[in-house]
Amino acid sequence: MSRKTHPELGDPVAGNGILSRRIFLEGALVVGATSAGLSRGSAEQLTVQPWMKLPGPGFAGYGQPSPFESKVVKVFPPPPNPAGVGASRTPLHMLEGMITPSGLHFERSHSGVPEIDPDQHRLVIHGLVKRPLVFTVETLSRYPMQSRIAFIECGGNSLALNAPQAQPLNVAAIHGLVGCAEWTGVRLSTLLDEAGFEPEARWVIAEGADAAAMSRSIPLTKAMDDALVCLYQNGERVRPSNGYPVRLLLPGFEGNMNVKWLRRLKLTAGPAMTKDETSKYTILLKEEKAWQFVFPMEVKSVITRPSPGLVLKEPGFYEISGLAWSGNGSIRQVDVSADGGRSWAPAALQGPILPKAPVRFRAAWQWNGGPAVLQSRATDDTGMVQPTRAQFVDERGLRGVYHYNAIASWRIDEMGEASNVYA
Amino acid sequence: MSTLKAIAVSITTLTIAPAAVAQAQQFGQPIAPADIAAWDISIGPDGAGLPPGRGTAIEGEAIYVAKCQACHGEKGISPSVALAGALAGGMGTLAPGKTPIKTVGSFWPYATTLFDYIRRAMPFQESKSLTADEVYAVSAYILNLNGIIGSNDVIDAQSLPKVKMPNRDGFIPFPRNPK
Repeated sequence: MSRKTHPELGDPVAGNGILSRRIFLEGALVVGATSAGLSRGSAEQLTVQPWMKLPGPGFAGYGQPSPFESKVVKVFPPPPNPAGVGASRTPLHMLEGMITPSGLHFERSHSGVPEIDPDQHRLVIHGLVKRPLVFTVETLSRYPMQSRIAFIECGGNSLALNAPQAQPLNVAAIHGLVGCAEWTGVRLSTLLDEAGFEPEARWVIAEGADAAAMSRSIPLTKAMDDALVCLYQNGERVRPSNGYPVRLLLPGFEGNMNVKWLRRLKLTAGPAMTKDETSKYTILLKEEKAWQFVFPMEVKSVITRPSPGLVLKEPGFYEISGLAWSGNGSIRQVDVSADGGRSWAPAALQGPILPKAPVRFRAAWQWNGGPAVLQSRATDDTGMVQPTRAQFVDERGLRGVYHYNAIASWRIDEMGEASNVYA
Repeated sequence: MSTLKAIAVSITTLTIAPAAVAQAQQFGQPIAPADIAAWDISIGPDGAGLPPGRGTAIEGEAIYVAKCQACHGEKGISPSVALAGALAGGMGTLAPGKTPIKTVGSFWPYATTLFDYIRRAMPFQESKSLTADEVYAVSAYILNLNGIIGSNDVIDAQSLPKVKMPNRDGFIPFPRNPK
């Protein structure tokens, strides 16, 4: 082996076996981490498999995952709720990198996924505008386009952690209402400039073409800043479950505001006070008041591996991997702990690090086979630090339901099994 | 020769430059308000957008029993579909330390939201099917279930925005929104 060894890198930099991220940066591995494999004899005798000898099947019009990956699917509760109402969750523990495959991007719908004929779809802009305008999908496609990689997180993501006792749930069940795609479309400001808004316009009511006509009020400042009227998701047309043929992207803002199946934008002086911005997506605090119009999804991170269901087979070297994101900007730092937050060490951040997009973080861990509590703590470039659960509860209590972003904990037991705990 | 060249350059500039500037994208088609009417279903908290029509709780009860009760439960208290949520009750449960039961009566700040939401999204299996009179009547029934209006009070475009909801002042701005 020509690999350089850095014995000093094998020393833990935080409690319970967290190693330096320099292991990733310098391309070195710890001696102790590889010795188990090296000390054994030959692993196995390689055999020539049938697929190495026979031609495989031919082309397919649209590629599918390997049939051996059939367990990598979104998760959603069974009936009795009407089909398509509620949410399906991204299996974060089975995915890597920062982009969510379009077929696995979480979805939240209020009256199922409409089957929209793009030729019949229209987007209308009206209200406090000089020129009410209507667009077809084809005319929207004629504008100069822009792509950006952005996360969308449901305001209700991680709400299971509001429960007084930690529930036996995995990362998808708790944190699976977040996804990331490369979204491509037309800047909303381009369309609003063309319509020309009146001076008293302050809000834009966005509405979907689904049977629930889901609608939310959006500040005009956000609409004119970085809002995107999206036609494409990861290079192909937006998936029906994510708003085909047209969805709104409000980078960093609460998922519910990123209206899918977008059919109407009405400019108004004040918010409409729709059902989803009054009775839902408001945060009831410890006292009787509730925060309303909570726009950004604040800084947050979650460890996706190890996590419940992924068993550590033996003591030794493991990579701790996860995602961090902030609706207010870029991720500046992620710290990782293996001793329930008593000591921390910075994780390696995998580029590109983009504003309002998830960052994949990685930390090196030498598991000694004993109990451990894994945590991650993100800091964004506004300086906001992901709160501890105690800090989070101290500010707002546990009745808020939405926008839960406190540090989460996985306990690893002596069998190498992970479970959701409060620590 | 040089004069000709200069003229040629200036002509080129004159013909190309304005064309390039004028090509700002303008692909939206004008549409008259009358042609938007079928989609223009947003109701403001001041009642803006409420259509003509009227209804009372007495009239609304029959519609509710026929078209809403299967999911929302008798008198809106015990929904058979969890996501439907309770429509009535829960008064006083927002108090500190209590488990909140957020209903139209205990939590919703504006009565106009009832009309907006029922008309656009309900009944679940056939949204946008109720007449304006029916939406006013069902809205009145739900308000009456919560003891907010009387069973014979007329709810229409004038009276609905004036209904004072018990939790009207229960909301405060989030302190950390972007400027």
